Amino acid sequence: MNTGIDVPQIQRFGALYIASARLRSMSKWRTIIAAVDIGNPLFYLIAVGIGIGVLVEQGSGTSGTSGIKYIAFIAPALLANTAITGIMDETVFPTIEGFKWRKLFFAQNATPITGRQIALGVYLAALCRAIFSVSVYYLLLLAFNVVDFGVSVLIIPIAILGGAAFGAVILYFAAKIEKDDQFFNILGRLILMPMFLFSGTFFPLTSMPIYLQPIGWVSPLWHATELGREAAFDYGIGNTLVLIHLVVLLTLVVVGLNLSMRQFERRLAK
Amino acid sequence: MSKPLISVRGLTKKFGDFTAVDGIDFDVAKGESFGLLGPNGAGKSTTMRILAATSTRTSGTVEILDKDPELFGPLVRAHLGVVPQQDNLDNELTVSENLFIYGRYFGLSKKFIKNKIEELLEFAQLEEKRDVKVEALSGGMKRRLTIARGLVSEPDILLLDEPTTGLDPQARHILWDRLFRLKEQGVTLVLTTHFMDEAEQLCDRLVVMDKGAIMAEGSPAGLIKQYSSKEVLEVRFGSDRNKEVAPQLATMCERMETLPDRLLMYTEDGEALLEKITHAGMHATTSLVRRSSLEDVFLRLTGRTLIE
Ligand SMILES: Nc1ncnc2c1ncn2[C@@H]1O[C@H](COP(=O)(O)OP(=O)(O)OP(=O)(O)O)[C@@H](O)[C@H]1O
Ligand SMILES: [Mg+2]
Repeated sequence: MNTGIDVPQIQRFGALYIASARLRSMSKWRTIIAAVDIGNPLFYLIAVGIGIGVLVEQGSGTSGTSGIKYIAFIAPALLANTAITGIMDETVFPTIEGFKWRKLFFAQNATPITGRQIALGVYLAALCRAIFSVSVYYLLLLAFNVVDFGVSVLIIPIAILGGAAFGAVILYFAAKIEKDDQFFNILGRLILMPMFLFSGTFFPLTSMPIYLQPIGWVSPLWHATELGREAAFDYGIGNTLVLIHLVVLLTLVVVGLNLSMRQFERRLAK
Repeated sequence: MSKPLISVRGLTKKFGDFTAVDGIDFDVAKGESFGLLGPNGAGKSTTMRILAATSTRTSGTVEILDKDPELFGPLVRAHLGVVPQQDNLDNELTVSENLFIYGRYFGLSKKFIKNKIEELLEFAQLEEKRDVKVEALSGGMKRRLTIARGLVSEPDILLLDEPTTGLDPQARHILWDRLFRLKEQGVTLVLTTHFMDEAEQLCDRLVVMDKGAIMAEGSPAGLIKQYSSKEVLEVRFGSDRNKEVAPQLATMCERMETLPDRLLMYTEDGEALLEKITHAGMHATTSLVRRSSLEDVFLRLTGRTLIE
């Protein structure tokens, strides 16, 4: 064997090799990623801050939104949603590509790298993307005076945790996909869109009829949004709920990631 | 004899109810060049993926370097170079980036890989393409790059699944030459092919596979000797006449195969046989005398041609 090959070292750091390869691929798209990650928040902040927010506040003042400006109320949700879509882009596409379109995972798995490490590496690189997107968004929130610099910084890790929870689960489903034709339609229209609309994003979950509220309860976006609001302004949900939200999100990360790693391993071993 | 590097016993692989590999046995010795020859769907790639310590088996035992690849995947794969049937390069990256990243997956140092890349670019004749994205390469260039990539870790065993499919004749011969040199350096080669000339050129020993089973095993020359005659006379009488004359011709040689477009007559002396046929008043529209090949062995064993 080539004496430069250190198998225990690969078993420890293999996921990082995969993540760094993923980041290298992502960097080929850096212009587009930057344009999306700056453009998207800008459109929202302008449309909601100037347009919809004014309308909402004319209608009911700030009574429905804990006494704060509408844009500040939805900002933690927008941030978490950014983390979610960013992580989704960087897990779903590479995974379907890796198994089906270009079979890159099979090439990676022909080295000492394992399927579990490939799953983890893809996930870690996606988290990096989310960290970038969310940080950019936060800076824009500061620039638009939507949040004050201080404790509100916590909405960054909270949003990323929300994305991480969603990403860990979606990674599993992406690794399950054999036929990709309808997957993106279903994902976009039947999962992401309702989640975005019904997770207490634009109005508190409790203002929806009770039969719609379970959508929020299972949605990482809602849990991250509630936590984010608690960090960003005086929301007052109390410590118990904070703990529950954290536990739900962390559980999704752990369970989702374990399922994903197992699924990667199994599918590559077929 | 020393212990084989690869040892396979009763290897079976099922996909649902379908048995792709059906209880095969073989050994590969160190430094040997071993081939799996067989038609489409014979189970060659399935076997190769199991040897590559990636795919799991349904039953049987496999030992590579004394280890069960299912239990010691990463450790076994550290010794292997794998060239899959289908190129799975990263199209978005350049030629040298592809080699670099792959080397990193083996945990090799950047310095080592950088030097190795120079050597491999030369090997694959891709020096001028080093900074070109893979998507801009021709099919043959991609194939050469995939083979080069399999060598980045200086493997002890190189697994090549149809290495020369898609290469032009010149590139094929160059590749054969390179593989020969690797073999001289002590690298063990396991390859699949459905080109009999490739099997004859490259393999010390091979197995003929069909429908998941091994039909025969031996050296190319040994197999030909065992399963075919020295020479083959190929005659054509036109598609309708072929059938008409076949019964009579069959009595004139050791063995005959009737293909849709021609008749293959097995004999020790092709020219003499052709003369005999002409004497008997039958005039073939075309005729050809050639040496027996693995193709004939395959036809004999399975009743089918290797390449349809
Ligand atoms: N993942 C899979 N799921 C189901 N069936 C499979 C799978 N992979 C291979 N097969 C089947 O197993 C059989 C053997 O396939 P394999 O790819 O090993 O053949 P091969 O000898 O490499 O053929 P070829 O010369 O065409 O490459 C085929 O009938 C194929 O359809
Ligand atoms: Mg094959």
